[in-house]
Amino acid sequence: MAKTIMTVDDSASVRQMVSLTLKDAGYEVVEGVDGKDALNKLNSYTVDMVLTDLNMPNMDGITLIEELRKLAQYKFTPIVMLTTESQGNRKMEGKQAGATGWIVKPFKPHQLLGVIKKVLG
Amino acid sequence: MAINIDTSAFTEEAYELLGELEESLLALEESPTDDEIIGRVFRAMHTIKGSGAMFGFDEVSKFTHEVETVFDLARNKTIPVTKVLIDLTLAARDHIRSMLDSADSGEVVDQIKALEIIEGLRKLASNQDDSEYDEVANQEDETAQQLSEEASEPQLFRIRFKPHLEIFSNGTNPLLLLGELKELGEARIIANYDDLPELENLDPEQCHTSWEIFLTTSEGENAIRDVFIFVDDDCHISIRNLEDQNDIDSEPQKLGDILVKSGDISTNVLEKAIKPLGHRLVDSGDVTPSIINAALEEQNAVREKREQKKKSEPTSSIRVTAEKLDNLVDLVGELVTVQARLNQISSSRENSDLQLITEEIERLTGELRDNTMSIRMLAIGSTFNKFKRLVRDLSKDLGKQVEMSTEGAETELDKNVIDQLNDSLVHIIRNSIDHGIESPEERLAKGKPAEGTIHLAAIHSGASVLIRVDDDGAGLDPDLLRQKAIAKGFIASDSELSDKEAYQLILGAGFSMAKSVTNVSGRGVGMDVVRRSIENLRGSIDISSTLGKGTSFTLKLPLTLAIIEGLLIKVGEEVYVIPLANVEECVELSAASINSSHSNDVINVRDEIVPYIRLRDRFDVEGERPAIEQIIISNVNENRVGFVVDDVIGQHQTVIKSLGKNFDHSSEFSGATILGDGSVALILDLREMVRYVEYAEIRGTL
Repeated sequence: MAKTIMTVDDSASVRQMVSLTLKDAGYEVVEGVDGKDALNKLNSYTVDMVLTDLNMPNMDGITLIEELRKLAQYKFTPIVMLTTESQGNRKMEGKQAGATGWIVKPFKPHQLLGVIKKVLG
Repeated sequence: MAINIDTSAFTEEAYELLGELEESLLALEESPTDDEIIGRVFRAMHTIKGSGAMFGFDEVSKFTHEVETVFDLARNKTIPVTKVLIDLTLAARDHIRSMLDSADSGEVVDQIKALEIIEGLRKLASNQDDSEYDEVANQEDETAQQLSEEASEPQLFRIRFKPHLEIFSNGTNPLLLLGELKELGEARIIANYDDLPELENLDPEQCHTSWEIFLTTSEGENAIRDVFIFVDDDCHISIRNLEDQNDIDSEPQKLGDILVKSGDISTNVLEKAIKPLGHRLVDSGDVTPSIINAALEEQNAVREKREQKKKSEPTSSIRVTAEKLDNLVDLVGELVTVQARLNQISSSRENSDLQLITEEIERLTGELRDNTMSIRMLAIGSTFNKFKRLVRDLSKDLGKQVEMSTEGAETELDKNVIDQLNDSLVHIIRNSIDHGIESPEERLAKGKPAEGTIHLAAIHSGASVLIRVDDDGAGLDPDLLRQKAIAKGFIASDSELSDKEAYQLILGAGFSMAKSVTNVSGRGVGMDVVRRSIENLRGSIDISSTLGKGTSFTLKLPLTLAIIEGLLIKVGEEVYVIPLANVEECVELSAASINSSHSNDVINVRDEIVPYIRLRDRFDVEGERPAIEQIIISNVNENRVGFVVDDVIGQHQTVIKSLGKNFDHSSEFSGATILGDGSVALILDLREMVRYVEYAEIRGTL
């Protein structure tokens, strides 16, 4: 069965790019527009992996990761954060919050798939 | 040019590369923006250039460099891939080929042509300023350097991967990381469970396992570090290049040294325990068995690596001349013959030991035969690709638009069959383009797309391969064929030919359907030559056509030439071989069934009237016919024909021997074979026999 990945980003274009890449590679995709939206959706159904932006309105990525790790069903789920190069310290913050890995924006589709393969198998 | 170097390795490779180059260029024409194809074109030229210089083909190298430089601009998207560029590059490819040919033959190459090509290419590039042109050349050197760095020798690493207890809690799955390591090269992985607590104390959400990985990879240490990029802070990782400290060519390190080096024990501990080292260390409680195991594994890994190095580099393929292969096939043929003989002798002596050995030899001979035959099998794809160029050039010459597609390029056929097939296919394709496919205007007027198509397909079918050439051209008009054949006196004016038989007329000598003679076809030589060469390969041609829709030629060819499955039959005292591929069934022909048929020489086989030829009559064999004869029903030119023989002996691996020039006229025999008892049996060519009998009947001489 195809694995489901949630992509969380307030930028519609990033969501679309990620979503197309993932669907192309055979994954099911659900989208979240910010941390809060994502958390709501993730409470009602379970996904195999989460890709989240860090800077978002309503709830940022770090908080989302922290919240998700508190939930039993997301305790061990791979969560990858989308960051920009300038955010070196946010990377550590994210890791401490429980992120599995990161991918630096801007990225090419094959890089994204590489990271997913790394953490999701 | 250097004199003492054997350049054949280069030229052979270069010819192959040129073949690929052509193929890629033609593919590029269809999809000019495909980076992968552009890369392929570039790499082929790059290799020719590089190895050309190495082998002293300076001219080739220099010329190729010019072409490559321009193509590199296309690769970098500085200039677009246009038809002009492809045409020029194809011309350049032909020129490189003629330069290689001339190195063999000593002919002088057309220098002016070379200059024209380079001129044309430079013109394409001249939109760019010169500085960029130079820059390209520099960049290329850099890339070459990078490439050589990347493709370094594989090295052996020992990696210790000890995740922190909480590693699962951020979603990391260590097994995926181990999997990733495996993708880098050959890995042996040993899990260390020493820290695993008792069950009652075990927290399943924690990671208690660590791993030792021995990885042989050519990717370098950085690639290994990259694997652990996300978990750098969540685990303890040490990576040691065992080949740095350890000359892989010398003996692997002693166990004690390894343990000391990895920090698992101190030198004091090592000195305390000198003999059965591993055991003593464990006994004394200084190390755990897992650590010893890991260290032993390291020793093994190094030792193995060293042994592998000693063995010569494994080669994926080797080149041998076709002649050597032919010799091998001949020898295997002899062996099969001798083995048949051994079989016969062994079955006549009741010696079980001998029989056992004979059976073993029979099995081995069979395997040897199959293996040898498979060596000679080549995919037909390269032949198909040659035709792409033919179709392209020919359709251009004739002002037609033709698209060629292929199918089953991976189908394998005996090399000799492929070699001999080439000319016939060229002929058929030429005919299809010349008379089959109409001009674009005509096609549009008929409501067809302006571009005609030719489809080449190769399909496996039992012991045969079918090669089909389909076109969507005008098709054959059976009535016109009949009229023409009558006019030329090939058939009687009252003869009734089915459409299928009418199509076969075009395979006759001197029969041309072309309205005018072009330099491509229409001289009426050709299709009969095709027919003969296909029949020489023991194949057949089937033609089907729909007027206005297109024509389809199907060549049925045997997989291999040298050895066939045959059916041994007996007529009088003589034994003959009938190719089993032709045989459909064997039935008894009793005197009663002869009497019940109304006319001579036909028999009713399951409600179908089958004409037959009695070999006794045909070969003027004297003596009485056996009371019950056997009739072998075979398929000749899509018709069922029976051959009456005295007896059917059985199947026989038939090694075909040519009859030699003296017997060229006896076309009813396609060859001879040597039987187990050393006697010779002739192989019957059923098709020729039927043709002869039909001919004789028409003349009334039989």
